[in-house]
Amino acid sequence: MRGQNSRPGLRCLVGLVLLWALPALASTADHRQFAELEGPFASGEEVTEACLGCHTEAAEEVMATRHWTWEYHNPLDGEVLGKKSMLNGFCIADRSNEAFCQSCHIGYGWEDETFDFSNPFKVDCLSCHNTGDYKKVAGLAGHPAYERTEYPPGSGKFHGPTDLVEVARNVGPTSRETCGSCHFYGGGGDGVKHGDLDSSLVDAHRDLDVHMAVDGGDFRCSTCHQTESHAVPGSRIQVSAVDDNRAIRRGEQTDRNPATCQACHGNAPHEEGPMATRLNEHTRALACQTCHIPTFARGGVPTKMGWDWSTGGQLDEDGKPFQRKDDDGHVIYDSKKGDFTLGENVVTEYVWFNGDVTFTTTETEIDPDNAPVPINTYHGTPGGEDSRIWPVKLFHGKQPYDTVHNTLLVPHVAIPDDSAFWFNFDWAKALEAGTEAAGQPFSGEFDFVETTMLWPITHMVAPDEQALKCGSCHADEGRLADVEGVWLPGRDRHQLLDRFGFGLAGLMLLGVLGHGALRIATRNRRKEH
Amino acid sequence: MSQRVYLFTRFERFWHWGQAALVLVLLFSGFAIRGYHDLLHFGPAVRLHETAAWLLIGLWVFAIFWHFTTGQWRQYIPTLERIGAMVRFYAYGIFLGEPHPYRQTPQRKHNPLQRLAYLGVKLVINPLVWVTGLAYLFWEPLRELAPAWLGLEQVAGLHVLGAFLMLAFVIIHVYLTTTGHTPLAHIKAMITGWETLHDDEVIEPRPRKG
Repeated sequence: MRGQNSRPGLRCLVGLVLLWALPALASTADHRQFAELEGPFASGEEVTEACLGCHTEAAEEVMATRHWTWEYHNPLDGEVLGKKSMLNGFCIADRSNEAFCQSCHIGYGWEDETFDFSNPFKVDCLSCHNTGDYKKVAGLAGHPAYERTEYPPGSGKFHGPTDLVEVARNVGPTSRETCGSCHFYGGGGDGVKHGDLDSSLVDAHRDLDVHMAVDGGDFRCSTCHQTESHAVPGSRIQVSAVDDNRAIRRGEQTDRNPATCQACHGNAPHEEGPMATRLNEHTRALACQTCHIPTFARGGVPTKMGWDWSTGGQLDEDGKPFQRKDDDGHVIYDSKKGDFTLGENVVTEYVWFNGDVTFTTTETEIDPDNAPVPINTYHGTPGGEDSRIWPVKLFHGKQPYDTVHNTLLVPHVAIPDDSAFWFNFDWAKALEAGTEAAGQPFSGEFDFVETTMLWPITHMVAPDEQALKCGSCHADEGRLADVEGVWLPGRDRHQLLDRFGFGLAGLMLLGVLGHGALRIATRNRRKEH
Repeated sequence: MSQRVYLFTRFERFWHWGQAALVLVLLFSGFAIRGYHDLLHFGPAVRLHETAAWLLIGLWVFAIFWHFTTGQWRQYIPTLERIGAMVRFYAYGIFLGEPHPYRQTPQRKHNPLQRLAYLGVKLVINPLVWVTGLAYLFWEPLRELAPAWLGLEQVAGLHVLGAFLMLAFVIIHVYLTTTGHTPLAHIKAMITGWETLHDDEVIEPRPRKG
């Protein structure tokens, strides 16, 4: 009886803790009560000025991050990377298209190289801290539409107006929506680039992502990408591919990336079942993601597995650009962009990976006779302590290159003017303008070359019961069929030994069968005896 | 005239048949792990193989203990005595209906060829399978202690070599059980413990030494 009586008490205690804890998760400041945010605001910059009136260091912090600079020095080779100058196989490059692409810059007004990176009021606080009704319009260089605006002009697409006062008074912490408004849409559309990041994660169900699921952990991005001083940890250029450590303790001072699986789960996370030790031992060779993300693009949003720019520019009888869709209504051809190959529930490729990535840049000389040209290369030692087998999305592109200089070219595509590809369908003009803006030599001679690109698969972690089974890899035609550097029982055999073994057993069998047959044949003689 | 002799005690028979069943399960599941057949998925095959392996190890521990406490280990002391006659019998005499040149007694249950074969199993195949199997099971902690030339690949190879030798033994062994007075006579003896010795096979046991 005593046990029963104590239960309501326990429940009360839990309830009290929850009551105390829930408001504590929210801010202690209600921004709706701030006179500073009553406006009116004519522009985003004015909102930022109001924010910085209290959050005095915020802009300085933001301006020190890659979210602001779009610039990254690869510690591996010193190469200057970052979205500003990098190439990819999807939308190819940022340069000359800034007003369009920089709708995903956390700033206002970056439309060409004259942008002032030292002006704190250009920081866009709302891009990450809005709680809705705030959209940076592609083409407006990072601004939302302050008035009702048709963009591109004459397109019939209208944006805004944006109620800056309402947005500013309702600011909050970052969310899957705010981070996702850019990171889900990289490459010009939902789920295009990553494969493990798309809008289905906003209202994720448990089968899609145990951590972010509304009915699961309900993590926001920053739950793992724990941000300090506005610097968000985690990078696909320098990946924390190996984190052979126990879990980080709360409050522990450490340089480790808090976004790795091991940061929370440690390097020996399997505790239950007869195979727990065996599975923990697998972490010497495998990234957690290898087994626990069985496929990517599982949320109903297809990802682009291939993009062929060379077929772009076809026009219909009326000379107009057009789109072709597949049976599910997804665009598979667009005059502006060419042909797409889409994928859902895609089985990953696997590579040994130590976290180092090198990139083909606008300066890298490529070998078009040896296509596909790898836009990025994942480094790693098969079987090495410094590497793990990682799941990756392998993307196939086909994009313009300079047949004289043998470099991948930056096209001007997205800004409505007389040289952008999307508005003129003239590659020569588009490449002329793009390369000029990028400061890239261009001979005027170009063709298209096949490229590949790898993307790390690390989100969309499935519930444990959906993890890969042993036989997914321990098999002849398993997922790791082509991955070297490990002895993989079920896949690997010693050919000579097997021939010897079965030969020996076969000889024995032949011998006894022959012996037995002789005994049967001589049975009568023995009976006579 | 025939005479019934109680050759195999209850423990011996339990050990024999337990071992037989486990070895067959291990061969079957082991070949599934190796990828020779897919009648079992890899994961279940591993679990079955490991379970059977631990049972067999347990059985071996008991059997070794039994052999030494009962002195039955002497059954496996190799001898070349009359081995020529044995070889001649299986190669030739058996087809002519000649009498088996060896007389079983509870003190000397195994003929010289059996002694050699079983000793080979106990001293070569079993230790090979056992040592490489345990190394396979505990490879992660052992890995760092192993010399550079010894990887999981070599451990797996030696383990499989043991398996093939065991398979070869099983084939010969099973066949030879049919060479008794009737094809099932030896198997019956291994089940009941009682071997029926027929006239031509009965001799008085030698007086035991010591």
